[in-house]
Amino acid sequence: MQVQLTRLAHARSGDKGDTANVGLIALHDEFYPLLLRAVTAASVKDHFKGICKGEVERFELPNLGALNFLLHESLGGGGTLSLMTDAQGKTFSTALLRMEIEVSDDEARSIGLI
Amino acid sequence: MKKKIRIAAGQGFWGDLPDAPVRQVEDGPIDYLMLDYLAEVTMSIMQKQKARDPNAGYARDFVPLIRQILPACVERDIKVTANAGGVNVQGCAAAVRDAACELGLSGQLKIGIVTGDDILDRIDDLLARGVELRNMDTGEPLRTVRDRIQSANAYLGAAPIAQALNEGARLVITGRATDTGLTLAPMIHEFGWAADDWNKLAAGTIAGHIIECGAQCSGGNCQYEWQTIPDLANVGFPIAEASSDGTFVITKHEGTGGRVNVPSVKEQLLYEMGDPHEYITPDCIADFTTIELADDGTDRVRVFGIKGRPATDSLKVSISYSAGYKAIGTLVYAWPDAYEKAKAADKILRARLDRLGLRFDQILTEFVGANATHGPLAGEPSPDLAEVQLRVGVRGNDRATIERFTKEIAPLILTGPPAVTGFAGGRPKVEEIVAYWPALIPKSEISPIVDVLEV
Repeated sequence: MQVQLTRLAHARSGDKGDTANVGLIALHDEFYPLLLRAVTAASVKDHFKGICKGEVERFELPNLGALNFLLHESLGGGGTLSLMTDAQGKTFSTALLRMEIEVSDDEARSIGLI
Repeated sequence: MKKKIRIAAGQGFWGDLPDAPVRQVEDGPIDYLMLDYLAEVTMSIMQKQKARDPNAGYARDFVPLIRQILPACVERDIKVTANAGGVNVQGCAAAVRDAACELGLSGQLKIGIVTGDDILDRIDDLLARGVELRNMDTGEPLRTVRDRIQSANAYLGAAPIAQALNEGARLVITGRATDTGLTLAPMIHEFGWAADDWNKLAAGTIAGHIIECGAQCSGGNCQYEWQTIPDLANVGFPIAEASSDGTFVITKHEGTGGRVNVPSVKEQLLYEMGDPHEYITPDCIADFTTIELADDGTDRVRVFGIKGRPATDSLKVSISYSAGYKAIGTLVYAWPDAYEKAKAADKILRARLDRLGLRFDQILTEFVGANATHGPLAGEPSPDLAEVQLRVGVRGNDRATIERFTKEIAPLILTGPPAVTGFAGGRPKVEEIVAYWPALIPKSEISPIVDVLEV
């Protein structure tokens, strides 16, 4: 079944120059392995097609049940150069939470999703 | 030596709630108040102010705030760390001293002044000696923007601030310094942490990162169960209750709104984060993958287990430079077919700009209410949207071109699609773009200076 990340995680995003950073935090510890498997740099780059023009890097924080993504060249130059409404990437958090991942029925049951 | 100290965040950025620092002082016990006044390009504004008036160049709102809280700070032994000094730290300290005297506090306190961060006058000398100050993001050499530089400051760390506290300062005012340093310095001063106690320095740094954005860790901008966060109108700004062993609790004053819990702290930990293994500051490298969090009661989160590594040999430098001009024009189109009307208006505008021969480095159209924040991820806009704001931004090096653009927005009201409004703000303003150039400088090139002013 397809599960939207809003059911599995919460998120916070910010900026570092022309790069948006998105922190993705598992709502429950049991959801972290799922995020680790399915929310990869590649799948995030694909999700943000048309928005993120550069590379995507992923970092793991198992101590916090979280992943940190850097979306390079996403903010129209960033900072004062950018003409975007969201020049500081503050809404990239929920943009990532729109992403859907494939979860088997068994897995969904074992982590209490269904 | 104190075993535990309470460090309160007074403001997350220059422009944050004006009452927040006063509330921190008045709503409960604290030992320190830290205040961040400097965004990335604030220094350029302050340099311009100083060029017009040699007594200016610091955060003016700091002085009236001090007037409000200084008597309480003296009475209850609260100390303040703030980067309000901008590019005229001496001027700021003098104004604060005058305010203190007016309050009858003459002879009752010392003001610490930390400088040595400003390298604007040294740029040519540094370049000539091979200190390249290359852009950390693009690798470009500084000479590409040399004649447009407006400010240049190295980020000082906690050490000189701690030294000022050691010398008896009640208020420590700096120019450019790291936000985390403003929080770490009180811990170094109170607990006597060594300059190479990397784990403890990392812990203080992380405490600083958690509270440096004010309420953004205590319920503000919190995505986790945001609808149930109580009374944000009265949000309590965060307090780091730090222990000498390097562990700390994030909390807020009793009776305030907002919420401090593990999710809210996690969200702030991930904010503006690069590689979590390597959070580099002048004082140490902090490893965010070692942080442990635990609930410690209502609105209390304990933070422990933090490890750090030796500091690097460099300091980060923030240089600001002129990078042209920009302007943003907006109009609001109402139902029916709000999105279609806004798109049609954009097409008309672009045709007119083309016919005028206006060339921009960038022109960007967004449709607020339809897909401005999430772009293609928002899908097709609903045909029944109540209203859509057309927002067109332009950027370029020729001020006259940008100015000419601003005159093409209002006419769309009488010469474009119908049911249009949202123009009462008048013609869009042309804004000078001051851009940010991050670079590195060897620590050997920078000597922090600590002065203490007796009031």
